[in-house]
Amino acid sequence: MTEFHQTPNSFRHWNIEFEGPIATLQLQVDSDAPAFGQYELKLNSYDIGVDIELASAIRFIRFANPAIKCVVITSALNGTFCAGANIRMLAVVDHSHKINFCKFTNETRLEMEEASQHSGIRFLAAINGACSGGGYELALACDHILLIDDKRTAVSLPEVPLLGVLPGTGGLTRLIDKRHVRRDRADVFATRAEGALGEEALEWGLVDELAKPSKFADAVSVRAHSLAAETSRIEGTPVDLPPLDIEVSDHRISYRWVDLKLFDQYAELKISADQDDVWMLQTAREFDDALCRLRFDYPQIGTLILQTEGRVEDVVEHDTQLHSPADHAQHETALLWKRCLSRLDLTSKTLVAAIEPGSCFVGVLFELALAADRTYMLDGYFEDEDDPRPSAVIRLTTTNFGAMPMANDLSRLTSRLWGDEETLTRAGELKDRDLIASQALEAGLVTITPDDLDWADELRLFVEERCSFSPDALTAMETNHRFCGPETIATKIFGRLSAWQNWIFARPNASGPNGALQRYGTGSRPHFDNHRT
Amino acid sequence: MGPCSDTALDLALTSIIIGPNQQLKNHHMPNGINYSERIPNNVDLASDRRLQRALENWQPRFANWWAEMGPVGFQDKEIYLRTAVDVGRQGWAHFSHVKLPDYRWGIFLSQPQTDRRITFGELKGQPAWQEVPGEFRTDLRRLIVVQGDTEPASVEQQRHLGHTAPSLYDLRNLFQINVEEGRHLWAMVYLLHAHFGRDGRDEADALLERHSGDPDHPRILGAFNEKTSDWLSFLFFTYFTDRDGKYQLGALKESAFDPLSRTCDFMLKEEAHHMFVGASGISRVIQRTCDVMNQYNTDDVRPYGVVDLPTLQKYINFHFSVSLDLFGSETSTNAANYYSAGLKGRFSEDSYDDDHILVGHQETISEIVDGVWELVERPAITVVNQQLRRSYIDDCAKGMRRWNRVLDDNGIDTQLALPHEGFHRQVGLHKEHYVTPNGEIITDVTWNELLPDFLPTEADRGFVVSLMQPVYEPGRMASWIAPPTSGVNTQPVEYEYVRL
Repeated sequence: MTEFHQTPNSFRHWNIEFEGPIATLQLQVDSDAPAFGQYELKLNSYDIGVDIELASAIRFIRFANPAIKCVVITSALNGTFCAGANIRMLAVVDHSHKINFCKFTNETRLEMEEASQHSGIRFLAAINGACSGGGYELALACDHILLIDDKRTAVSLPEVPLLGVLPGTGGLTRLIDKRHVRRDRADVFATRAEGALGEEALEWGLVDELAKPSKFADAVSVRAHSLAAETSRIEGTPVDLPPLDIEVSDHRISYRWVDLKLFDQYAELKISADQDDVWMLQTAREFDDALCRLRFDYPQIGTLILQTEGRVEDVVEHDTQLHSPADHAQHETALLWKRCLSRLDLTSKTLVAAIEPGSCFVGVLFELALAADRTYMLDGYFEDEDDPRPSAVIRLTTTNFGAMPMANDLSRLTSRLWGDEETLTRAGELKDRDLIASQALEAGLVTITPDDLDWADELRLFVEERCSFSPDALTAMETNHRFCGPETIATKIFGRLSAWQNWIFARPNASGPNGALQRYGTGSRPHFDNHRT
Repeated sequence: MGPCSDTALDLALTSIIIGPNQQLKNHHMPNGINYSERIPNNVDLASDRRLQRALENWQPRFANWWAEMGPVGFQDKEIYLRTAVDVGRQGWAHFSHVKLPDYRWGIFLSQPQTDRRITFGELKGQPAWQEVPGEFRTDLRRLIVVQGDTEPASVEQQRHLGHTAPSLYDLRNLFQINVEEGRHLWAMVYLLHAHFGRDGRDEADALLERHSGDPDHPRILGAFNEKTSDWLSFLFFTYFTDRDGKYQLGALKESAFDPLSRTCDFMLKEEAHHMFVGASGISRVIQRTCDVMNQYNTDDVRPYGVVDLPTLQKYINFHFSVSLDLFGSETSTNAANYYSAGLKGRFSEDSYDDDHILVGHQETISEIVDGVWELVERPAITVVNQQLRRSYIDDCAKGMRRWNRVLDDNGIDTQLALPHEGFHRQVGLHKEHYVTPNGEIITDVTWNELLPDFLPTEADRGFVVSLMQPVYEPGRMASWIAPPTSGVNTQPVEYEYVRL
C-alpha cells in the first residue's frame, strides 16, 4: 500500500529550508529506504517514494507558503546531483508499476511547470554534481538550470546508450520543444552516455548558466532572488494541509467526502457534496489520493464508475471559487482540481459516469462526467424507491468553459464536442441551467439515458462487457479518444513518449533476460535483436 | 388497425402507458386485468414492469404483423387449436375452437433445475447464468435473433397455404403450426425483452420488420426466404426444416444462459408436433401413391392425381439439402467460440463421450480433397456444427425408414433415400463442388445435364401445384394424400377442425 501524501516533517529523502521568498529542496536520498523491495537507492537515484515526497513538497509550498516565489532544487550529496530513476528498481518491478511510476513522475514534473506558470513559483535547478537521466529531466522541468562548472560534472541522458530505453520523464520532449535544442545536437546528446560538460552544455542550450565551484552558492542565491523578483503570487493566508483521514479495508477506501467501493474488476467512486468551507480543497485532495491508490494498488480494477451525491446548490456555491478565485487559497484549490482532473484523464481505467437521482454533477463535478468515456444518465427516477428522489439534473457552469483545461489545453467540453462548434455554442447557452436527461442527451452532454427499468442492467452489462475486453486495447483506445485536438508538451509526453516507452518496456531488447535493463551493471553486454520494426 | 386492437390485452397495455406511478405499482389489478389470463405465462408477467413496458410497445406490432403477414383468410374462422397455458403435463395442451387473432400467445420456460451447471466449454462446471454476462451479450443476442428470425419467417412463407388445404384436418394443423411458430417468436422476444435492455427491444421490433423473401429486408437465413408454394413443400418443410429447428433448439437448450435453455426446452415440445405433421403427412402421401400404383398397377400415377415417387425423391433432395445449409459451415470458428463460451452446445451434449471442452481434440470429417472424398482431421472444437448436422442427418434417416416401410408394406420395391450431404449445398465446404445425390463428384457440365433428375423441375412443381385443390368437407381428403390414421386430441378424422 503506497502512501501518496507526505508532510515535510516525515520526509526521508528531501531537506526543505525556507529563507525569505526562497525555498530550497535538497535531495538527500536515504539509500536504505526504498518504497518497497530490496534495491538500494544509490547516488541520489529515486523511486516512487522519493517522487511522492517531491510532489508533496511542491504542494506544501504552494498551499502553506504563499510567500515563496522560487524553489531551488539541489543536492546534499557530494559530487552527485541526481542519478535519475533507480535502475535496480526498474529491473524488478512489474510492467504496471513501471508505467505508473513514469506517469506519476511526469505529472510531478508538469506540476512544477504549472506552478511556475500559474502560481508564480519559479524553479531553479542548482546542479552541483553528476546529473544524469531522470536527474537531468528534473532539471529540465525547472525554469532555469545552473550547472556547476568544475570540468567534470556533466548533464546527460544515458538511457538510450546504456539502458536501451527512453528518458521517461519528458527529457526528449523538453530538449526540443521547451529548450529548443537543435535536433541533431539532441541526437548526439541523447546517445552519448557521458553527456555534456559546462561550456558545451551551455552552448547547446542544455543549461542556462555556469558557475565555478567557489562561486556556486552565491550564483544560486543571486539567481534564486532574481527569479523570485520577476514573479508575483496571489496574496493570502497559508493553507494548512493536514494528513488525510483515510480508512482502508479490503472492499472500501473511505475519506471524508470521497468514497471508493472496490469490487473484483471495477470500483465505484462517489464524491459527496457538503456545505463545509473546506469541502472543495479537501475533496480534491481525497479524490487525488484515491486516483493514485487506484493506479498503483489496484491494477486489476479496470473500470471506474464515477458518482456524485448531494445538493446541486451546495456544489454551485463552492464552484464559483474555481472559476473566480478570490484569494491565494481559492486560486490554489482551483489549480489542484485542475491537476486532479487531469490525473483522472490520464488514469488507465475505463471511466463511466453514472448520473442518478440525488446526484450533483454540476460545474467541477460535471467535469467527471466529461472526463468519462461514457456517461449514463437516468431518464426519470427510480420508481421502486419508497420515496422517489426527483429526476437527476446536470448543470454547466463557467468552470466547464475553460477553468479546468486538459493536457491538450482544451476544456473537456471542447474536447468532447471537438469540431462541432454549433453544439458547443448551444452548450454555452445552456450554462447555469438545470438539464434533465432528455435535454442533456439532446445537448450532447451524456451518452445514453436509460430509464429505471433498464438502468441497472445497462450499467452491469457495460461493465461486464468492458471487463471482457483486452485491457491493453482499452487503455490505448481510450487514450486515443480522450485527447483530441492540438498537441502540447503534456500530450506528447503522455502520448508519444509514454506509448513508445511502454512498447520498449515490453520488448526483449529492454526487458528480456539478455536485455539492456537486465544486463545493466552485471558486466555483461546486452544482446539486441537488431531488426528494426 | 390490428385485429386484436380492441381486446382486453390492449386495454391492459394502454393502462400501463397512461397509468401514473402509483397505478403501476398497484396494477394487479384495480380494474380487473389479469395478465395470466390474457398472456398465459410462467414468468410472473403481472409483476414485471420491465416486461410489461416492452410488451406494451411490441404486442400491437405483433398483432399488426399477424394481420398483414400471417395466414391469408381464415382469420375470422374458429379453429380447433391447442393453447399452452402452463408448462406442466396438464397445462401445455388445452384444446378449443378459437379465432386466430384471439389465440393466446404465451410465454413459457421449462421448470428450472436447481443448481444447474454449465456442461461444456471452458466454463464447464460453473453455475449456469440467470442473467446475461456482459461479455457474451452480443453473441447471445445474435444467437437468439437468428433463431427468433426463423419463427415468423415460416409463418410468412406459409401464409397462402390455407386456400389449397387437402383437408380440414390438415388446415387445422397448418394453423396450429403457424400459431406455435408465433409463440416461438414470443419466446425469443421474451428473452430479448427480459435480458437485453434497449438493444433487445430494438431487435424484437426488427424481427417483425424483416419479411420472408422481401428483397429489401429479407429474413436472415436463406432457406427462410424460399417460397412454400404448395402443401407437399410444406410437409417436407415441417419434416426437414423444422427438424433443423429441433437441433438448433436442442443445441441452445444446452446453453449456459439458463433462461434460453429453459425457453428452448419448452419450444422443443411444440416443435415435435410440427415434425409429426411432416412425417405423418409424407407417409400419407406415400400411402396414397402406393394405393394408386397398386390399384392401377402402374408407376405412371400422375394422371390419377397423385405424386409419383421420383418427384417425391426430388422434393426430398431439395428440402434436405436446403436444410443442411442451415447448420452453417462444416468448420466454423464462430461455432467454436460459442461452444467454448458455453453459449451453444451440441444436441444432447451429455450423450457425447468426450471431455465436453474439446480443446486439443481432433475430429474426422469428410471433405473433398483434389476431387475425391477424404477423411480429414480437424480440431474438434471447429466442427461442432458438423456434429450437430450429423445428429440431424441420423434423425432424418429414421423417418426415411418409416416412409420406406410404407412402400414395403404395400409391396412397392422402390425406396426413397436421403441424398448425400455434399449434394446441392450453398453453404460450407462443399458449396464449390458438384456432388450427386449418391455422393459422386461430377463436373458442372454433367451437373447441369443431370439437374432435372436431382431436383424438382418447373414442370414437377407445376404438376404438384396443379394437385393443390382445396378440400373443406370434414373427413374428406384431396386426391394426393391418404387420410390420417387418427384425428387430433382423440377427435375423429371427420371432426370439424375448422368451422368455415
